[in-house]
Amino acid sequence: MSTGTTKLDVVVSDVVPVNELVTCFHFRRRDGELLPTFSGGAHVVVEMRDGDRTRLNPYSLMGSPLDTREYTISVRRDDVGRGGSLFMHRSVKPGLEMVISYPVNLFSLDLRAKKHLMLAGGIGITPFMAQTAQLAGEGGNFELHYTCRTASLGTYADVLRERYDRRIRLYHDDRDERIDLDRLLSTQPLGTHLYVCGPAGMINWVRDRAAALGWPSEAVHFEHFAAPQPGLPFDVTLAVSGKTIRVDEQQSLLEAIEAAGVDPPYLCRGGVCGQCETNVISYDGKFIHNDHWLSEEDHRSGCKIMPCVSRFEGRSLVLER
Amino acid sequence: MAAKSIISRPVYGTLSPQPGKHHLFIADAEGALAISDMAAKAPAGFFDGAEIDFIPGPDNKHVATLKALKPAQFHLAPSFASLLPRLKQTLGNAHMGLRLYLAGTEGLIGQAMQVALEAGIDHTSIQTEHRGSLARRMQCVHCKGITENVTTQPAACSHCGLLLLVRDHYSRRLAAFQGVCINAEDRSEIPPIEEAFP
Repeated sequence: MSTGTTKLDVVVSDVVPVNELVTCFHFRRRDGELLPTFSGGAHVVVEMRDGDRTRLNPYSLMGSPLDTREYTISVRRDDVGRGGSLFMHRSVKPGLEMVISYPVNLFSLDLRAKKHLMLAGGIGITPFMAQTAQLAGEGGNFELHYTCRTASLGTYADVLRERYDRRIRLYHDDRDERIDLDRLLSTQPLGTHLYVCGPAGMINWVRDRAAALGWPSEAVHFEHFAAPQPGLPFDVTLAVSGKTIRVDEQQSLLEAIEAAGVDPPYLCRGGVCGQCETNVISYDGKFIHNDHWLSEEDHRSGCKIMPCVSRFEGRSLVLER
Repeated sequence: MAAKSIISRPVYGTLSPQPGKHHLFIADAEGALAISDMAAKAPAGFFDGAEIDFIPGPDNKHVATLKALKPAQFHLAPSFASLLPRLKQTLGNAHMGLRLYLAGTEGLIGQAMQVALEAGIDHTSIQTEHRGSLARRMQCVHCKGITENVTTQPAACSHCGLLLLVRDHYSRRLAAFQGVCINAEDRSEIPPIEEAFP
């Protein structure tokens, strides 16, 4: 059913290596028309047809929302992941016809803010590329703090510094440069909104400090696409469709459900949007929850699972699907 | 306690201490008791980083109760209008981490929230507690004049004189309930006027 994910037929118009880990991909519509408008922070789900496997991975759009002739995404190569990023790096060349979803924004700017304070870690920089372009076009007030491992892995740091100069602050792990987070959070004018995108540890740290320092949750925005983790194979019974399926080591539960011909709703495929939330009818074993959607209570109760990123280990699992 | 009705009608909670170091309380009359009730649940040292701005009722009660909480700053104002410049300046100079607590009459909560929204505070992040009178601030949708302390249903507009039905339809932007002419077809028809918002 793939709620809200109407497809776009595109062609890869350019492939540009950015550094040793990151490559940038450009897409245009095959019919030559303009792509749909989007806002900074939006992502698309890219369909990767790799032999008889199809992977669907979300990537933030990083071009300017003011230019919809093409979409650009950046893919960080993950040598130990499930292979989506390796497929993009190895097999996607200019001229390849691909299918992507319409853009969806789960990390949008709150334009009522007096100021936008952005914190990026590593490849988490990509949604901010679009957001800064959107704000700069509107004369918006923003400041971006970007932490990367080394200068050469500071993807787009040079571009951002050139575009926005002192509004960009860089922190390099190898030079032991650290954000003075408490000071930064305590000196922001009233009406500032905070945006954070990066590794899960960074997001948790920033959210915890912001809450402790009195930032209301309404002013704290974050996005972390949890890539589905590989794990032990397991069997699942789909009670509504009357099917029993096996989830392979490298497959997500959602992908296995789809491969069985069942079409559950989804949007982000990264454990944040909540669309694919599925009720558990019974289970004997333990859940490996990897999502940011369900509450801790839901995780403990064992009555719900997010099949896009979460797994299961044990004897039996029956889902209402 | 205000009854629940349509979605735009504000709903108030119970003040509770929020994390952070800076706390600004705005209260009138019986709203002081919402603050002192909350103080019983607050961690030690909570009021070291607090400012209380208080508009006492006509009986001038509760001033000593609030002073006893030993807030870092305590400010008395005879009316909301007289408090407004101070409130605007405080919010204008404030940083993220300041938490806002509003307690007392609906008019006070609504008007303080209106200033807070302009300063960039999301209304859902503001702690509110209704105490005391249910009197409403009303905007006449016909002449746009605001009438304060409306206690009757219907009520006369203090600007154009139309007899208005005081709706639950509330505007956060204007900090006022909407009043709509109740006898537009026949102005000689005067429905009974009842004390609805004591």
